[in-house]
Amino acid sequence: MELQVLGHITYCYTGGKAFDAAKPTVVFIHGALNDHSVWILQTRYLAHHGWNVLAVDLPGHCRSAGAPAPSVEAGADFLLALLDAAGLEQAALAGHSLGSLIALEAAARAPARVSHLVLLGTAFPMKVSPALLEGSLTDPKKTIDMVNMFSHSTLAPPPSAMGPGTWVLGGSRALMRRVLASNRQANLLHAAFRACNDYANGLQAMATLACPVLFVLGRKDQMTPARAAQSLIGACRHAQVVTLEVGHQMMLEAPDGTLCALRDFLRP
Amino acid sequence: MPGYANPGFDTLALHAGAAPDPATGARAVPIHLSTSFVFESSDHAAALFNLERSGHVYSRISNPTNAVLEQRISALEGGIGAITTASGQAALHLAIATLTGAGGHIVASTALYGGSQNLLHYTLRRFGVETTFVAPGDIDGWRAAARPNTRLFFGETVGNPGLDVLDIPTIAAIAHEAGAPLLVDSTLTTPWLMQPMAHGADLVYHSATKFLSGHGTVVAGLVVDGGSFDWAAEHARSGRFEELAAPYAGFHNMVFTDESTVGAFLLRARREGLRDFGAALSPHSAWLVLQGIETLSLRITRHMANTQRVVEFLASQPFVSRVGHPLLESHPSHALAARLLPRGAGSVFSFDIRGSRAQGKAFVDALQIFSHLANVGDCRSLVIHPASTTHFRMSDDALAAGGIGQGTIRLSIGLEEPDDLVDDLKRALKLAEKAGA
Repeated sequence: MELQVLGHITYCYTGGKAFDAAKPTVVFIHGALNDHSVWILQTRYLAHHGWNVLAVDLPGHCRSAGAPAPSVEAGADFLLALLDAAGLEQAALAGHSLGSLIALEAAARAPARVSHLVLLGTAFPMKVSPALLEGSLTDPKKTIDMVNMFSHSTLAPPPSAMGPGTWVLGGSRALMRRVLASNRQANLLHAAFRACNDYANGLQAMATLACPVLFVLGRKDQMTPARAAQSLIGACRHAQVVTLEVGHQMMLEAPDGTLCALRDFLRP
Repeated sequence: MPGYANPGFDTLALHAGAAPDPATGARAVPIHLSTSFVFESSDHAAALFNLERSGHVYSRISNPTNAVLEQRISALEGGIGAITTASGQAALHLAIATLTGAGGHIVASTALYGGSQNLLHYTLRRFGVETTFVAPGDIDGWRAAARPNTRLFFGETVGNPGLDVLDIPTIAAIAHEAGAPLLVDSTLTTPWLMQPMAHGADLVYHSATKFLSGHGTVVAGLVVDGGSFDWAAEHARSGRFEELAAPYAGFHNMVFTDESTVGAFLLRARREGLRDFGAALSPHSAWLVLQGIETLSLRITRHMANTQRVVEFLASQPFVSRVGHPLLESHPSHALAARLLPRGAGSVFSFDIRGSRAQGKAFVDALQIFSHLANVGDCRSLVIHPASTTHFRMSDDALAAGGIGQGTIRLSIGLEEPDDLVDDLKRALKLAEKAGA
């Protein structure tokens, strides 16, 4: 479905089910150079099991218009405006990587509007190496290849988003290339890296939250190593932690494990 | 897979898609000869059927052994995923049927395997799909052939049997200008010699029967998606590719481009094509192809070394009027092959003898190491006479357009000792020459 958010068309995948205001809602926020499609094997299931899902394409990404958020704080403003546009008083938020910081900041800004918070592949601070920051400006395609390798942990993933026979490394690279090409006005990779790198409010944001928080971490994650989430976990009042034996792209490398963690956490 | 660089070709050829079996510890890929797979629960079953979760249900649609092969060829081609099929012809049909139906149009090279030419020229016309054939080197012809209903551009990396090298970067650009993807048959070159997607192709298919399996033991096909073509954008622009970008009544009104930004082709091809046409590959056959792929670069390197030896020998023989391999400067694709196929343009090629049709037959019959049969890409050397076998349905004009003469001989150079191959050819050429005396 498409929503008008802050004056721009915003695409949200709804999991193959029409949005139903009577159901609880989970909003999914992707990470750098990703889009809604990284969540297919979690969102489609939840959409057919009692939830609305809104898997958004962030501003300036693929089907959503507008400029990419220049900061995590701006991303949080967008996310809260998205809840307004969808007519949602409250929703669960699930964010991956950059999306996890956006979800965290949005929850801190409007705690009454967030029933659950799920942070996947998260870290604080989420510092990006100077080499990647520089590479995102000078050679985005080469940097995509580096990030892609850092983000995966296996040459033998299970059946994934495009079904059995999916070569996850290739699929992730193709998606990042497609998302990068979807916006000729902005360097989406650099904008995302800069937003991650500059975000400084993580611990304060987490300390304000009263809602339950689920951390889904990858033990083989080289982008946001599991240990890099410990400060956030320590600052969280109601933390649950699920650690999967995979890398950063756990939604694709462990689709069932990620789904089960989400499903069990969100279960009323 | 710890590391910071993309794994190399041979590492992927051995490891992509497969890890030690968690249940048994088996290091080699197990052959899962099971038609179907047990559901964990009714909810799990329903979720698998509705694509809410990913897994194996029934081996016509997917199988764990086949999935290893699908991942492996995707890794080697630089793709996002693949589908195994019962043959290379089934792979070609699956690709076409996923993208078009009655009223659709294809632009294809004239230099095609005879079976592909049959499918496009005769069979698909019966189902309302028209094809315009263009000589692979006729760049203006490719551009002029595009129509508003063109759904696909199609050619072979090296055209059969003249080895006309397809200028993939140029043809891909023309296809994309026309709003259509480029499908490439990469059977004769394999990803070791060329990765067509790196040059702009969107889809690749193989008759894995040939060099990928490499031992003449199995009939199999593969279609690989590069994830590069934006079906949704083209549907929004021209209305084409509604198969991928509009609700599909045959699967809960699923819009495949909504489900996967880059993998819509694969979703529909598996969920419709394998489901309804049913040209699935046996897991045992998939395993045989995997065995072949594990040594692909080693074998192809030897194929190419032997080919160079044989080409040089034939080119030096007065009784041979033409040798059609891009290794030779006289070949029209020599320069293009040097640019796109620096490791070699394959080990299947043709040549003409200075003699009658009867002498051509005498030559084939005199060979002792080369086997006279209708296949290529075996580890053993093979020979055939295209005009009377693989291309026998084509008219003389169509044969000529494809660069095939009545006396053309096609060779597939194997892995034998190269001196023995040259001796076999030398003796057969002498006998053929005597047969005309």
